[in-house]
Amino acid sequence: MKVDATLHVNGTDFPVEIDPHMSLLKAVRDEIGLTGSKEGCDDSECGACMMLLDGKPVNSCSYLAMQAVGKQVTTVEGLAGDQELAPLQAEFLRHGGVQCGFCTPGMLISATALLRAQPDPSEQEIRIALAGNLCRCTGYGGIVQAVLGAARIRTEPGSGT
Amino acid sequence: MTRSFTSASTLDDAMTAIAAGARPVAGGTDLVVGARQGKKPLPGAIVAIDRIEALRGLEERDGGLRLGALVTHEAIVADETVRARFTALADSSAIVGSHATRANGTIGGNVMNASPAMDTGGALLCIGATVTLRSEAGEREVPLGDLWTGPGATTAAPGELLVAIDLPAPPAGTGSAYVRLEYRRQMEIAVVGATAVVTVGDGPGDDSGAGPVTDARIAITALAPTIHRVAEAEQALMGTDGGDDAVGAAARAAAAGAAPIGDVRASADYRTAMAEVVTRRAIAAALTRARGGEVPIPASDALYGA
Repeated sequence: MKVDATLHVNGTDFPVEIDPHMSLLKAVRDEIGLTGSKEGCDDSECGACMMLLDGKPVNSCSYLAMQAVGKQVTTVEGLAGDQELAPLQAEFLRHGGVQCGFCTPGMLISATALLRAQPDPSEQEIRIALAGNLCRCTGYGGIVQAVLGAARIRTEPGSGT
Repeated sequence: MTRSFTSASTLDDAMTAIAAGARPVAGGTDLVVGARQGKKPLPGAIVAIDRIEALRGLEERDGGLRLGALVTHEAIVADETVRARFTALADSSAIVGSHATRANGTIGGNVMNASPAMDTGGALLCIGATVTLRSEAGEREVPLGDLWTGPGATTAAPGELLVAIDLPAPPAGTGSAYVRLEYRRQMEIAVVGATAVVTVGDGPGDDSGAGPVTDARIAITALAPTIHRVAEAEQALMGTDGGDDAVGAAARAAAAGAAPIGDVRASADYRTAMAEVVTRRAIAAALTRARGGEVPIPASDALYGA
């Protein structure tokens, strides 16, 4: 039996009618229509579905949508400003951190969470933090460089492009 | 499949729902993932307990530490008391899942999931943890060693909820470490794991700090249906100088106490062979810490290189 709920995603309230067992990923993609977050493994292994929940990363394929009621959900669509990309996104473009793009939403969310917790991470810290996000194109080099670049912009204003 | 979902705001609400047959969910990192993997369908009725403030605390109590069921791995790793005095637990929580798992996964759920490969199990067991189980009839305390009976199985009755885990204060001169063999740095399940909690006595008066081992607790992970301590390994270390020979003997005894399965992740023979290696590394790291030396948290990163 479906239930009524309100999900707060990227600063907007979305009323939804969902099954109690529906995942947050499915609710956001199929009911709200924000399809940036991807279903990779549907098993909490690959990180393609990663969102922020009250600012903390969550694998949304394995999190019940009903548990997100009353919490702030941020998806990849919520990272950019109205007219411009977030610095992290711009750095992904600059360093070629995107190949097929399927892992990119999860990578961006995961790296955003890392940079909030640790604004000036080492390359090793970035590699460990992103190890829960799989890139099947194996384009990790550009991704790591992009996160390093975004950290530099944060910690040394004016150093970015 | 789940027909009813409620979110409890108080412990009493949760206990009423659980008594009526609902299964509790906190971070969902085992319950929901297990359903995704087809291990076990989601229960028909779920009560979310993640908003119950009373289960959230991490506080010092009688010199020990009380962890509320909802304390996340992220909070455990960040806690200075855990890092300084219950270091093996910090080693363990630091490598559970990924940062997404650690932000949501709770220690209560981790313990009640009763996986023989759970990272935090050996540390809690060797530290001497006691869990508090609550039902509508009241609360009872169970030593962790009496809780797990097999993979996914515990002595908790239906209607009981784990509400807290108490860790007794470790004696002075105690150091601990958890080390696992892993193929992947995050989102990994221990192929083999070992925990050592050792206490060393005062040195021989020459400031070397190399006193004898006065207490040793060693547990093996992913090597039997439940995580368990190996008495022969502990005895092999106790009373010794903690030198290479004693550590080696203890590690061999730990491997002899293993009864692993072989599966897609590792053969039984490989697990047994690695049990000795991983136990040796865990003991060495624990001894270094007990003697005031520095081993970064998590010990696994430190030992395998990044």
